[in-house]
Amino acid sequence: MADTRDIEMTVNGESHAANVETRTSLGDFLRHGLGLTGTHMGCEHGVCGACTVMVDGEAVRSCLMLAVQANGHEVTTVEGLAEDDGTMSALQEAFWKHHGLQCGFCTPGMLTSLTAFLRDNPDPSERDVREAISGNICRCTGYQGIVDAALDVAKTMQKGS
Amino acid sequence: MAVRYLGAEVQRMEDPRLLTGHGRYVDDITMEGMLHAAFLRAPMAHAKIRSIDPSRALALPGVHRVITHADLGAKYSHRMNQLYPAPVIEQNKTQYPLAKDEVCYVGEAVAVVVADSRAIAEDALALIDVDYEALPAVVNIMTALEDDAPLAHADTTSNLMGKMRSSFGDIEDSFAKADHVFSAAFMQHRGGCHSMETRGVIARDDPWGDGLTLWTSAQSPYLIRRALATWLDESEERVRVIAPDVGGGFGPKAGFYPEEVAISLAARIMKRPVKWIEDRREHFISTTTQRDQHWDLEVACTAEGKILGLRGTVTHENGAYIPYGILLPNSSLTPLPGAYSIPAIDVGVDIIFTNTVPNSPVRGAGRPCGIYAVERMVQVVSRELGIDPAEVRRRNYVRADQMPYETGAKLRGGAPCIYDSGDYEALLEKVLDLSDYHSFKERQAAARAEGRYLGIGVSSCIEDTGMGPYEGTTVRVESSGKVAVRTGAASQGQGHQTMISMLVAENLGVKPEDILFESADTAKFSHGIGTIGSRVAANVGPSAHDAASQVREKALKLAAEVLEASEADLDIEDGVVRVNGAPDLSITLGELAVQLTPMSAMRVPTGFDPVLEATSFDGSSGSPIACGSNVAEVEVDPGTGEVKVLRYSVAHDCGVMINPMVVHGQIVGGVVHGIGNALFERMIYDDQGQPLTMNYGEYLLPLASEMPRVDVTHMETPSPLNSLGVKGAGEGGTIPAAAAVVAAIENALTEFGVEIDYYPVDPQYLTELIDAGSAQAAE
Repeated sequence: MADTRDIEMTVNGESHAANVETRTSLGDFLRHGLGLTGTHMGCEHGVCGACTVMVDGEAVRSCLMLAVQANGHEVTTVEGLAEDDGTMSALQEAFWKHHGLQCGFCTPGMLTSLTAFLRDNPDPSERDVREAISGNICRCTGYQGIVDAALDVAKTMQKGS
Repeated sequence: MAVRYLGAEVQRMEDPRLLTGHGRYVDDITMEGMLHAAFLRAPMAHAKIRSIDPSRALALPGVHRVITHADLGAKYSHRMNQLYPAPVIEQNKTQYPLAKDEVCYVGEAVAVVVADSRAIAEDALALIDVDYEALPAVVNIMTALEDDAPLAHADTTSNLMGKMRSSFGDIEDSFAKADHVFSAAFMQHRGGCHSMETRGVIARDDPWGDGLTLWTSAQSPYLIRRALATWLDESEERVRVIAPDVGGGFGPKAGFYPEEVAISLAARIMKRPVKWIEDRREHFISTTTQRDQHWDLEVACTAEGKILGLRGTVTHENGAYIPYGILLPNSSLTPLPGAYSIPAIDVGVDIIFTNTVPNSPVRGAGRPCGIYAVERMVQVVSRELGIDPAEVRRRNYVRADQMPYETGAKLRGGAPCIYDSGDYEALLEKVLDLSDYHSFKERQAAARAEGRYLGIGVSSCIEDTGMGPYEGTTVRVESSGKVAVRTGAASQGQGHQTMISMLVAENLGVKPEDILFESADTAKFSHGIGTIGSRVAANVGPSAHDAASQVREKALKLAAEVLEASEADLDIEDGVVRVNGAPDLSITLGELAVQLTPMSAMRVPTGFDPVLEATSFDGSSGSPIACGSNVAEVEVDPGTGEVKVLRYSVAHDCGVMINPMVVHGQIVGGVVHGIGNALFERMIYDDQGQPLTMNYGEYLLPLASEMPRVDVTHMETPSPLNSLGVKGAGEGGTIPAAAAVVAAIENALTEFGVEIDYYPVDPQYLTELIDAGSAQAAE
C-alpha cells in the first residue's frame, strides 16, 4: 500500500491540511491536491523551472521537492502573486507591458523566480537577470521581453526607494 | 471615426489570465470519473513483438485495464491515416496506434495502462512483460541505402521512402558557361519540439449524448477531427476536438498522434473519461522531431560572383514512419533559390527511413535547411572569390523591380512559387546599419590585438507564408452588445485573440474588451485548417477584417432605417451607432442585434437576414513571401571551442504588421530557436537506435544566460495577396539564424581555415576543426 503522511502547509496565505502519498511532489500536490493549476510541470527533472514556487520566500522547484517536505512551511504560487483584490504585481504588469510571455506555460516559474530574485537583488544588471533565469527555460520569447520586464521593475523600485 | 488598432502595439488580451495562473491547459482540466493513462513504449529501436503478458500489471491495485493492439478488435486494427498523401511516397508507412507485431523506434507505443492515477498507471508499466525479438536497426542516413544496411521495416526491401526533385531552368547550360564551379557538402541537424508544455489528451466518449470529445494540446484540431473520424469510420459531427490553452507548438503539435487514437479508444472501452499527459522523457522519444539532412551541392557562378546555377542531392531523414506526408523534404526545396535570382536549379532529395522517432516539421519546417543550404553556397562563393559576403548578396538578390518574381520552384500543391513583393537589398542595407557591419573590421582587429576572436556572419532569407486555403472567422453581435468572435485557428501563444480582436474592434466599431473570443473548438466553428507555416495572420486576419466589415454594413443599414437617417451620416463607435450632427440620435449594436434575433410572434425587419452576424473565409490568394536579413556577431575561444553570440541583428519584412509588439516577439523567439539549432540542440542516437539525449542536461536548449539581445528593425512592404497586406511572421526569425551564426564562427576562425560542415556547432566539434586547421597551417 502507498505510504502516506498527514501534512499541513500555508499556501498563498491559506492553511491546508491533507493526507498525501510520501512520493507525491509538491508540484503535483499543489496542482491536483489543491487545484492550484497555475504551477506548471514542464520537465519534472528539475531543469526547466516552469514549476518554480516560493517556499518560505525562496524559489524552489516543486517537481524536486516532495509535498511532505513542505510540511509546516509557507508556499507561494503564481496564484498568490497578485494583490488580494486581484491587482497584478508590478512584475506581472511588467511582463504584460514588455510582452514577456507568449504561450504562458513557463510564465509562472519565471514570475516566482524573479519575484524572489528582485526582492534580494533590487538593482540587477541585465547579465544578473539573465543568470537569475538561466534555470527557467522559455521556448517562445527568446527571453528578451522577460529580461526587459525584470529590469523595468527594478528601475521602478529604485526610483521609489 | 473608429479607433485604429491595425499597427498599434496593443498589450495582449490573453495575458492577465496567463499571468495570474488562470490559464487552462489540458492537464488543468479534470472531470468526474476521470481515469489516467500511461503508455508502455518500445525499449529497442527495432524488434518483433513475440508476446505481451499484462497479468502482473493487472494485479496492481488501482489498475483498471491494460490495452494492447490485440484488445482493439478487428474494427480498430488498422494503421494510422496518412494525413498528406502524395505520389512520391513509394512506401506509405504509418504506425499502428498501438504496435501490432513490430516496433520500429524506441518510444513506439506498445500498450496503454488505464488506472486510478497517473502514478499507478506508471507503476504498472514496469509490470507488463513483453517478449521482444531484437532486429537490426538503421540509424545513419548516409549508409541507409547501401545493400547491406539493416532495414527499418522488416517487410520492406529498401529504406528509401521516396524521391523528389526541384528542377527548373537550363542547369547544364548554367554550369557550362560558368567561370567557376564550387562544391560543398554539409550535414544539418535540427532538434525537436520542446514546447514547455508536453503533449496531452483527455478523451470522453458519450455515445448517447455528445459523442467523442477530445481535449488535446494541438495546433490543428480540425485535422485531428477529420483524421480521427476517418480512422474510427464515424461522422465528423460525432467527434469534437478542442485545443484549450496550448503551451507552445512549434510544428510537432500540428499532426495527429497514435496517443490521440489510443486514448479515445481507452475512453470508449472504459466508458469513462481518460487523461494522458506526456512526460518529458516521452516527449523526447515519441513527439515527432526534425533531425538529419545532408546536402551535397555545386554552385556555378561568374567571375563577379553572380550565381548561375545550383545543383546537387539531399539525403533526408524521415524517421521510422511518415506521420506528416512529405512536408519536410518539400519545404526544404521550396525556398530554393532563397532571396536570389538563380536561373537554374536542380536538386533531388532521397527520403530515408531510419529506426528513430518519426519526423515532422519543427519551426520553419524544411525552410531553415533550404535557406541554410543556399546561404552556405553564397558563403562559398564569397570566400572563394574574395568578395565581401554582403556584396555577393547584393549582386544576386531578386530586385524590387523584378517583383512579382516567379522562381521556377513549385509550392506544395503544385502552384508556382512567386515572390509577391519586397526589397531584399534595402533590407540588407538596414541590417548592415543596425549591426554596425561597416565598422566590424575595426572591432575585429581591436579584439584580435587583445587575443580575442570575433567574427561576423550575414544571412538572408525568404519565407513562403500564409498558405491557403483559408482560416475563417464568425463575428456576431449579441443582445448585450458584446461581440462573439469565433475562428478555428488554435493559438499556442501567438496572441490570436489580441490580433483578431483588434481587427474586429476597428472594423466594427467596438471596444476590444467587449469581444468574447473563442477558437480551436470544432463544435464552435465549422471548419479550420491549422496554425502552421506562419499562415494565421495572412488568412484569419483578412477573414476577421471582412466578417467585421460585413456586420458593420448590416448594422448601419438597419440603423439607418430605425433612426430614419442616411447610412452615410452614421458612424459606429464603442458599440453605439450615432448620426453625425445629431448626437441625441443613436442606437446600440445590442439593440440592433435584438431586432434581428426576435422571440416568438415578432418579426425580423423586412429586407434583413436574421442575426447580426457574418462569417468570412477571405484569406490570401497566394503565398505572401516574407523576407529577412540577419547579422550575427560572435566571439570564439579557439582553446575551448566556446562560441558566444555577442550581438544579433534582424531586418525583417512581413508586410503590414497588425501588432508590431507581437511580431517582435515572434522574431526574437524565432531567432533564439535558430541559435539553439546552430549551437546547442542535438538529438543523439547510438548506432543501435538508442536515444542518448532524453533530458535537458543532455539535450541543450538555449537559455537566457547564453542568448544575446536581439535587435530588430522592420520594413513593411504590403503583400498584394490579401486585403490587409500582411505576411506571416512566425518562422522568419528561425529560418536564417543558423546560417548567420555558422558564417560568423567561420569568419572568427579564418586564420585556422575552419570550414564548418555540420551544425549544431558544439565545442568538441569546433576544437577538432581548429586543431585540424592549426595542424595544416603548421605543415
